[in-house]
Amino acid sequence: MIMFPFRIPIKDWISAAVDFLVSELGAVFDGFSAFIFFLVNNLKDGMLFVHPLVLIALIAFITWRMAGWQIGLFSVLGLLITENIGLWVSFVETLALVLTAEVLVMIVGLPLGIYAARSDRFNSFIRPILDFMQTMPAFVYLIPAVMFFGLGLVPGVVATFVFALPPLIRLTNLGIRQVPKELTEAADAFGATNMQKLFKVQIPVAKPTIMAGVNQSIMLGLSMVVIAAMIGAGGVGTNVLRGIQRLQVGEGFEAGLVIVIMAIILDRITAGLGQRKKAG
Amino acid sequence: MKEKIEVKNLSKIFGRYPQKALEALKAGMSKAEILKEHKQVVGVDNVSFKVYEREIFVLMGLSGSGKSTLERLLNRLHEPTSGRIIIDGTDITRLGQKELREFRRKHFCGMVFQNFAILPHRNVLENVEFGLELQGVERDKRREQASRVIKQVGLEGNEESYPSELSGGMQQRVGLARGLAVDASIMLMDEAFSALDPLIRRQMQDELLELQEKMQKTIIFVTHDLDEAFRLGDRIAIMKDGRIEQIGTAEQIISKPASDYVRAFVEDMNRAAVLTAGNIMEPMRERAFMGDGPRTILRKIRRNNLTGILVTDTKRELKGYIKASELVDYINEHKDKESIPLDKKLLCQPTRVNKDMPVNEVINAYNENEFGPLAVVDDSDRLEGVIVRGAIISALAGESAGEDDGPGKDTPARLKEKEKK
Ligand SMILES: Nc1ncnc2c1ncn2[C@@H]1O[C@H](COP(=O)(O)OP(=O)(O)OP(=O)(O)O)[C@@H](O)[C@H]1O
Ligand SMILES: [Mg+2]
Repeated sequence: MIMFPFRIPIKDWISAAVDFLVSELGAVFDGFSAFIFFLVNNLKDGMLFVHPLVLIALIAFITWRMAGWQIGLFSVLGLLITENIGLWVSFVETLALVLTAEVLVMIVGLPLGIYAARSDRFNSFIRPILDFMQTMPAFVYLIPAVMFFGLGLVPGVVATFVFALPPLIRLTNLGIRQVPKELTEAADAFGATNMQKLFKVQIPVAKPTIMAGVNQSIMLGLSMVVIAAMIGAGGVGTNVLRGIQRLQVGEGFEAGLVIVIMAIILDRITAGLGQRKKAG
Repeated sequence: MKEKIEVKNLSKIFGRYPQKALEALKAGMSKAEILKEHKQVVGVDNVSFKVYEREIFVLMGLSGSGKSTLERLLNRLHEPTSGRIIIDGTDITRLGQKELREFRRKHFCGMVFQNFAILPHRNVLENVEFGLELQGVERDKRREQASRVIKQVGLEGNEESYPSELSGGMQQRVGLARGLAVDASIMLMDEAFSALDPLIRRQMQDELLELQEKMQKTIIFVTHDLDEAFRLGDRIAIMKDGRIEQIGTAEQIISKPASDYVRAFVEDMNRAAVLTAGNIMEPMRERAFMGDGPRTILRKIRRNNLTGILVTDTKRELKGYIKASELVDYINEHKDKESIPLDKKLLCQPTRVNKDMPVNEVINAYNENEFGPLAVVDDSDRLEGVIVRGAIISALAGESAGEDDGPGKDTPARLKEKEKK
């Protein structure tokens, strides 16, 4: 039984729009693609250039300062294991991808979050978009990413970026809106300009919440790692995928373990950033 | 006294159709009716008043009476719906955003809030220099100024502490210091001490008064506590439903409440905290002079049925108190002589109190006093009057004592005084 005499051509619209963008703005995408590739690749090469022990020491030092000696010790052990089981290069590749994506997320997400906090109109405009972005299954992002940027590292970064962006915008918005009214009123009463109010009161006071957003978006980014590997983004995700495809439980488990280690380290560092001021 | 702030017919309506509500107010509708019919909230309803330079002007009223709204209108944290606010000759309701900012920097010491509203990510020093930082004052200069104010409010040694490490009283001192650090003349305080426990609160009130002696700001202080209003306020405005019911000094409000509402309000008031020594003292019925001979003095004492008498010089400067019994002994010792000089040893020093001392402190002074009445003196020790025990009792009981009773009359107060001896 046919309920409708016609079918709303959503898929045709989307395909047409993407085709149009690819054909008309191809050069722009190519330039952007080259730029992202340059960033990730250099970061990766830089980290692989030094001896693993140097990088391990550096990461351990940062975790120790940010989250205490227990986590510092944990990261030394975890990273030594990673090196030992031969996943060091994969680890670094994934780290480079996630960090690059997160930097992009911050560059885009912080201003948008701040703007959403200041403008109710923009906030009500962007809220449904963020809901949409977060509920859309992560796999779906792979398709346009591949269409725009082909296979490989760059679409991996882009898909990770899109997936990790919403929580930062949300929490930046929330953090700034939650700044007690009296604090901004006090700033106003002293004759603060909007910019002074933003940088001297709102952002610093909202910092713990904003950092929670950074933390969440890094965690989401990490969860994209395996999915991004499906389009050739490389890294530990590739090892997981291989484990699945060949039904090699051991290899898959090892790769999963490395992702967990990375997650714990990144989580504790960013969680530490949020509360650092109190101790200092 | 010079005018600092003049408010003319100021109104504030919250809601989308303020003009409608304004018209309804003019037509005589009440705040409650306007809320019901027009869904608009009347914050402040057509108030006019003046605040003079260097006074503490208190806005007093129950919750929702519009105190905070009125205070926030004064620096335009709320935009007035209608009316004018003239500060130092400038009508601030006409200023553009940029001019308003400049005006706030120049004329307002920020604002002090109930919940302190100090910045959690900054230490005490950084909080105190906040206002100066906004004005672009150089680091060294603002540090210096902030340190000085920190000393004044008694936070020395806590410069590096963060707000979370401080007690409520200390946090509010930071809030106060932050305002005092900027070189401006008007200080707005909204329930500044309401979150503090009673003892600390009392202490902060005293400190504010002490600071005010030195700093000489114009302070607009919001409180819902009548006790606090009377302690701090040079003048008090009592608000109800966005209107000002009465403006006046504590004495004026207590002695001549302008409406039943105000009367009901002040009836609960602990009078002892309001009345001062000056209110309950009695003028001197009789006093002795240094030049008087002992026999003359004794006559003065007997004539007034007293147990002793205060002695002054001709300029009213208080020299001491002579007890009748000792004077009689002294005269008996020198009975044979024709004229005897007044021996300085007869003079003992009575407890002196200042005219401004609140009655509850006068009570303490009286209890510690070993003899005779309390002497009320001015700053140069000139005698202004005396306080007898009965006057204190009747003050607490709510009658007005003192001044209008003619001298020599045996009022209940004086009868009690005699009984005691
Ligand atoms: N931003 C606002 N929006 C709408 N209505 C408001 C707003 N601020 C205050 N009001 C209303 O204005 C009236 C006066 O409030 P205001 O805060 O000035 O009272 P208050 O005397 O300071 O009371 P409190 O002792 O509780 O602080 C109240 O009816 C309140 O609901
Ligand atoms: Mg209030």
